[in-house]
Amino acid sequence: MQWIQLKIDDKKIRVPEKTTILEACRMNNILIPTLCHDPELTNWGACRLCVVEVEGMRNLVTSCTMEVQQGMVVRTSTPDIREARKTILELIVANHDIDCLTCEKMGECELSKYAYEYGVKKDVFQGAKREYELDDSNPFIIRDLNKCILCGKCVRACAEIQVNHVLDYSKRGFETQVGPAFHLPYGESDCVFCGSCLAVCPVGALTEKQMAGKGRPWEVKKIQTTCPFCGTGCNFDLNVRDNKVVGVTSNPGSPVNGRALCVKGRFGVEYIHSPNRLITPMIRKNGELVEAEWYEALELIAERFKTIKEQYGSDSLAALSSARCTNEENYLMQKFMRAVIGTNNVDHCART
Amino acid sequence: MCQSCGKGHKDLHVDLKQIKLKEKIDAYRGEAGSLIPVLQEAQDIYGYLPEETMKMVAKEMKIPVAEVFGVATFYSQFRFTPTGRNVIRVCMGTACHVRGGLKVLKALERELDIKAGETTGDGKFTLETVACIGACGLAPVISINNKVFGNLTSEMVPGILEKFE
Amino acid sequence: MQTLAYPCCEKCNHTASTPCRDYIKCRVEGPLCHDDPDCKQKRQDFLAKMYDPEGLTKQILICTGTGCVSSGSQRLIELVREELVKRNLDETVRVRSTGCHGFCEQGPIVIIEPDKTFYTKVKPSDITEIIETDIVGGNKVDRLLYRDPVSGESAVTYETVNFYAKQNRIILNNCGQINPERISQYMAKKGYQALEKVLQTMKPEEVIEEVKKAGLRGRGGAGFPTWLKWNLCRKAQGDKKYVICNADEGDPGAFMDRSVLEGDPHAVIEGMLIGAYAIGADEGYVYCRAEYPLAIERLKIAISQAEKNGLLGKNILNSGFNFHLKIKAGAGAFVCGEETALIASIEGKRGMPKVRPPYPAEKGLWGKPTNINNVETWANVPHILRNGADWYCQFGTPKSKGTKIFALTGKVNNTGLVEVPMGISLREIIFDIGGGIKGNHTFKAVQIGGPSGGCIPEELLDLPVDFDSLSEVGAMIGSGGLVILDDTTCMVDIARFFLTFTQKESCGKCTPCREGTKRMLEILTRITKGEGKPEDLENLETLAGVIKKTSLCGLGQTSPNPVLATLRYFREEYEIHIREKRCPAHACTALLQYHIDNEKCKRCGVCAKNCPVGCIFGDKNNPYEIDSQNCIQCHTCIDKCKFKAITVS
Repeated sequence: MQWIQLKIDDKKIRVPEKTTILEACRMNNILIPTLCHDPELTNWGACRLCVVEVEGMRNLVTSCTMEVQQGMVVRTSTPDIREARKTILELIVANHDIDCLTCEKMGECELSKYAYEYGVKKDVFQGAKREYELDDSNPFIIRDLNKCILCGKCVRACAEIQVNHVLDYSKRGFETQVGPAFHLPYGESDCVFCGSCLAVCPVGALTEKQMAGKGRPWEVKKIQTTCPFCGTGCNFDLNVRDNKVVGVTSNPGSPVNGRALCVKGRFGVEYIHSPNRLITPMIRKNGELVEAEWYEALELIAERFKTIKEQYGSDSLAALSSARCTNEENYLMQKFMRAVIGTNNVDHCART
Repeated sequence: MCQSCGKGHKDLHVDLKQIKLKEKIDAYRGEAGSLIPVLQEAQDIYGYLPEETMKMVAKEMKIPVAEVFGVATFYSQFRFTPTGRNVIRVCMGTACHVRGGLKVLKALERELDIKAGETTGDGKFTLETVACIGACGLAPVISINNKVFGNLTSEMVPGILEKFE
Repeated sequence: MQTLAYPCCEKCNHTASTPCRDYIKCRVEGPLCHDDPDCKQKRQDFLAKMYDPEGLTKQILICTGTGCVSSGSQRLIELVREELVKRNLDETVRVRSTGCHGFCEQGPIVIIEPDKTFYTKVKPSDITEIIETDIVGGNKVDRLLYRDPVSGESAVTYETVNFYAKQNRIILNNCGQINPERISQYMAKKGYQALEKVLQTMKPEEVIEEVKKAGLRGRGGAGFPTWLKWNLCRKAQGDKKYVICNADEGDPGAFMDRSVLEGDPHAVIEGMLIGAYAIGADEGYVYCRAEYPLAIERLKIAISQAEKNGLLGKNILNSGFNFHLKIKAGAGAFVCGEETALIASIEGKRGMPKVRPPYPAEKGLWGKPTNINNVETWANVPHILRNGADWYCQFGTPKSKGTKIFALTGKVNNTGLVEVPMGISLREIIFDIGGGIKGNHTFKAVQIGGPSGGCIPEELLDLPVDFDSLSEVGAMIGSGGLVILDDTTCMVDIARFFLTFTQKESCGKCTPCREGTKRMLEILTRITKGEGKPEDLENLETLAGVIKKTSLCGLGQTSPNPVLATLRYFREEYEIHIREKRCPAHACTALLQYHIDNEKCKRCGVCAKNCPVGCIFGDKNNPYEIDSQNCIQCHTCIDKCKFKAITVS
């Protein structure tokens, strides 16, 4: 690997070749605003917010796409650059529904973060604004195109993370919009509701329906956990407020899945506080299920296993384990069947 | 006899246009980057791009339907509603602009009682604007069904429209 | 032997599958593989018949370019043929349909060779007279000759027409002279000789060197050195390379590429062949906009003829060089003239530009090194290689060599295509070739370079037209559209016109272009409606600056140019719109008020009868008045009033 020497804001920096200017800056704690960039997605270079000055180049360049070169001289925060970024933000804000008071994204909104940083007011450029109906057609995602800034991250997430390609740009110019074919609502499209789009949206255009009104980002505690739905071992953050799980958000640091999740993992949290949920073992007594203690239930199982084995032989028992179990649990299950029960009758729901 | 399945029943149960389009798609199979030509063929056959057709193109070409829709809506050549029997395109190029192209457009809109982008109620004319026909020497120009009419004034409009059925 | 492309006798066995090295020479000079004076004579007779300098046979050339076709030239060809048959002249007088002469406004154009007689605006009813008086009688039909708008004198030959006399037609030379649907006629005009020379005697590096010596720069816009582009692509790593001809001439007001494709398609093919050989590409595309159906048709014919004659395909002229050429029709998107968007479009995607680097020369079509030049650039290549760089360098200036084709349109007497050496002044183009301003109006500005270009005022008219001088004054050659504006053109309206265009054609990918051009357009629209605010000009300038500096592609970056240029030279006009709420050129209709002068009005009622919205009221007893609320400023009443009683303020 070759190392590249360059100067960013008069600071000498050494980074590996093929690093982009943006990556080099972030490695060195130099802040660059971005809206359409995402380290997990292809570079798009569309929002133009990350522009920097490179000596010898005629125009400002997007740091997210430009790779470093030997001896490059980069400046990231000249008055020229700040003016350009401010104007770009003003342009985005001029065509964005400023509904921050009740916007679910408030507190985590990238646009408002940068607007604050660059002192952007909402009424610099006034004129036509996009006006679309709210897409509230499904139980999981609320889509508000009036807040969309056309960064295209959802399009790339759908195509590159989920590889479903339900979303794309349509029309062009000022009328460009993002969404499923024929402008169908999510609910009527081929969307599988993995929520990857939700995880990457920098503004309030895509928000989670179940979490609406359940708490501001700073009011919820994020607790990293492993998804209980299957054995893949996806990690995510449970969003907890007042000791209640209000929802799930992706945790980019998850070693197995990154930010990708499936519909169950991301949206299947309802059961946690469901009144119908089983919280103790149940034993059928006189034809009716009644709550029991764990020791009582385990004893009953052990006793019945023994009886069956004695009466009908080991092979009269079989065990089927679940993809929701971990490898270790599955291992223990087959070990138990072979060593304790004495049968090879083991199977798994994901065998085929 | 049904032309699609060869059976003896009376009514056609498959759209002949669809069969024709399928043949065109087959001709492009294996050729990279043929979505746009296929959509052009589809529009030639149907006169516009119905939703079902875009879905079929997506399925046949194994391209996500969102992408097909995205491509179709990007290019101004593609239409999503049926056109009239005659398509009038008014050139909006620079030369036409400075020589009164807008007046010709206004005259057409008045004469046909529709706005640019619309079709007359009797289905006779569709009125469109285009960036430039490239016949700047004859500005202002319009084209009707690809035939170019040049050096126009608003007074000439009714006479030209009369020639079309 | 029907045409030059055919074999002379059975001994000739050149086909696409059994190619010969000297095919072109053989076709023009006579057989090289066998010695037969008869065969040689056949070819010479053929050439003599086609281009007969002594004038033994008369030829009637009728233009079939888009312009003349729309003026009815196809019908003329039929009528001329019928008339000649009727008079038994069809054996001795040839009728040829040709490509565009560039003087579309005077169309349909009919030329009689070898006399070079130039008939303009020929109607079907004129045909009998032309045949009788000219072809049979040997006299000119005076009323059909071109009359100079300034001197009023009629020009007998096209050489004396000012429009042509001051031009230097190299690229356009074949247009209007040969039938573009016949490869043999291109060959007779030394066509494909450059290719033969290159394949037989030159290494790819030598070809690039020659183009470098010639100083050829891209004719599509920015004037990037062609050799450098070729060299980058040649040196790029890759087993597969492409060359592309950009025929997506979307600039509203330019049509030279259309004319070249319609009038001389083989020149473009030959240029691409040479470029592909130099770069090491074996496949090419012509990306042509769908709005040019005739150009696509002529290209298709030309490609199939070149394939049949072994000039496209495998082992071209037995040199081992392969090249396949395909046409891709655009689907209506101006942005596809941008290289990376064009590539995306060929790949079947939305035509959205990509960030560079990587440049197409490294990673282009399907990720392979790709070289793109526009039609006019490719058409220059055969001339350079055939005649040599030294010959080419005699035209133009030290830094901008050769000629450039301009589309001269707008408020000028002679509109059409003009090819002039680089460095000529705008004044010469507009006043000498263009014959000055139409009607009793005065010159105000010339818009050059389309939506990416700027406006040049009277005081800069002596500026030499080349790549560098123009960019110094805030304009660019661009594709070469020259739209002449007179005192009735409002500069704010022109800026608004171009912004409307770029805004409509913005691909929508990057923020500054998508959102910024919209806001600029809104401000300009406000100004033209008399609703401008004092801070508007400053806002326009700020926006323009940011869009220029931060847009993703060249089209976005240059989209503010028409506004910046008009602000630079005509700021006063903007200020009058804002401050006094009036349009000095009387062009911004929203600011116009129509009045009827009671003293001049004879109460004839013609204005009211013709008003399309019925907003003029009055009768014999009551004076006519215009209801300004409903008036659509269509100007019809003024045109109709015989007593000049209606005025605009």
